[in-house]
Amino acid sequence: MPISMTNEMMRSIIMDHASHPENKHTPSKEGYEMIHMHSDNCIDDLNIYLYINNDVVEDACFEGVACTISLSSTDILCDLIKGKTKKEALYMIEQYNHMMHEEPFDDEVLDEAVVFINTSKQAARIRCATIGWTAADKILKGEK
Amino acid sequence: MYDIYKVRKEFPMLNGKKMQGHDLVYLDNASTTFKPRCVIDAMNEYYEDYTANSHRGDYDLCYKAETKVNEARRKIAEFINSDVNEVVFTSGDTEALNLVAYGYGLKFLTKDDAILLSKSEHASNTLPWFKISNMTGCHIYFVDTDKNMITPENVKKAFSEHPNIKVVAFAHVGNVLGYRIDIEEITKITHEHGAIIVVDGAQSVPHVKTDFKKLDIDFLSFSAHKMCGPTGVGVLIGKYDLLQKMDTFLTGGGMNESFNSNIECVPYDAPRKFEAGTQNVAGIIGFGAAIDFINEIGLENIEKHEEEIHTYLLEQIKDIDGIIIYNNDHESNLFTFNRKGVFAQDEGTLFNSKGIAVRTGQHCAKMLDELICEVATVRASFYLYTTKEEIDVFVDALRSGGDILDAYFND
Repeated sequence: MPISMTNEMMRSIIMDHASHPENKHTPSKEGYEMIHMHSDNCIDDLNIYLYINNDVVEDACFEGVACTISLSSTDILCDLIKGKTKKEALYMIEQYNHMMHEEPFDDEVLDEAVVFINTSKQAARIRCATIGWTAADKILKGEK
Repeated sequence: MYDIYKVRKEFPMLNGKKMQGHDLVYLDNASTTFKPRCVIDAMNEYYEDYTANSHRGDYDLCYKAETKVNEARRKIAEFINSDVNEVVFTSGDTEALNLVAYGYGLKFLTKDDAILLSKSEHASNTLPWFKISNMTGCHIYFVDTDKNMITPENVKKAFSEHPNIKVVAFAHVGNVLGYRIDIEEITKITHEHGAIIVVDGAQSVPHVKTDFKKLDIDFLSFSAHKMCGPTGVGVLIGKYDLLQKMDTFLTGGGMNESFNSNIECVPYDAPRKFEAGTQNVAGIIGFGAAIDFINEIGLENIEKHEEEIHTYLLEQIKDIDGIIIYNNDHESNLFTFNRKGVFAQDEGTLFNSKGIAVRTGQHCAKMLDELICEVATVRASFYLYTTKEEIDVFVDALRSGGDILDAYFND
């Protein structure tokens, strides 16, 4: 997704995922790896689930209470991480974190997640925009 | 009354500070308050002119530091109407409450006893008691409320249902809803039942006259930073005989007369037996300066000013639709609300984008959702320097609302 998308498009993507987070549900079968994340400066309290098979993230979902930014960013993470190898997923998360902190990043792999490029304008909310991504990073690195 | 604009000039944080490109409107005074120049100067003076440990040496600098610490203790005692030796310095309200829980609760409570709390308490007046319950096996009961308010009748009811209550621990003013409870009557009831009362004064002492002796409270805690003083310092005020009976919580240098290889230690008398280690000397001196500052303005004037600001705010927002107010029927410095359909923290970010600092979330009172059925709220809190003009800015922001994503996408 090109980074040049308009603000209106970015807003609508964020709100769509916050209003209708399709990945917000409990896993439908056994075998998911789960991590619980709780924010110390927001209400965000989430369980993130990844189903990893043969080094590939086959499915991702989450449940819990979250603000608009964490809800939307976690839902987008789940969309993007599905089908990626662990290595690809970790690279994507790394690029997302670079974007959060206004460092050079590879926008090719971030797709829709570039809608959060302005998060640093509200620095107190970076934690919200990264909570799901940090969870996935921990699961992928076996840091549960 | 006082000249608020003149008073504001005393605060570096109130002169020309910007947030998100707007003039700062600080409405998070229940969390912490700004410091006037006299408090900052008093602390700097200690660091620049007479740095030394208190109670630790025979030289002039040490004597001066000790004198200043004693002076601050005396000022606090006069401010709260306690004896000087009833003032224990702590790192803040939280440590003060932990000190009572561990020093008194752990020593005197057994598995047959109980502690009475409320569901609206701050974590600092809840979790130390949970710990004591875990350690001693004593019970914890939660008082019933009427419209989220703790009443003397409900306290009486709790005692009749649970005669084994030995400790009652409530905030005088709650930190989310701001209800001020009838602490005098509740203390009387508590004593009639042979229990002691611990009052968390963090949200009351900076705003309303609190007379320790007249109210007959057993323990009272509060922090300096919520009353124009520095962070990292607070006090536990305790009746002297109770302080003497209590165990020490922290031990170490400065709290003992002697110790020997027979594993014996003779602590000092209260309050010093609780003040182990080098104290926050600059903070204590700053606390004393904050008390002087508050006294000069007058607590009654501060209370009157906050009431005026609160009334003005409620008047201004009357015609705004879609705002749920959780506490419009009280007189404290807190205004707690949500915008219908908007998550509190998203609302808070929108305020931030307009230069307005408010608190959002659960405000450390994580059982309150069981009473108000709301997982998070927005809290605006005023203090002696809050102006009607600032309220106007806040009300404008409340009125104009806007898309929560404006905070990220508007220039």
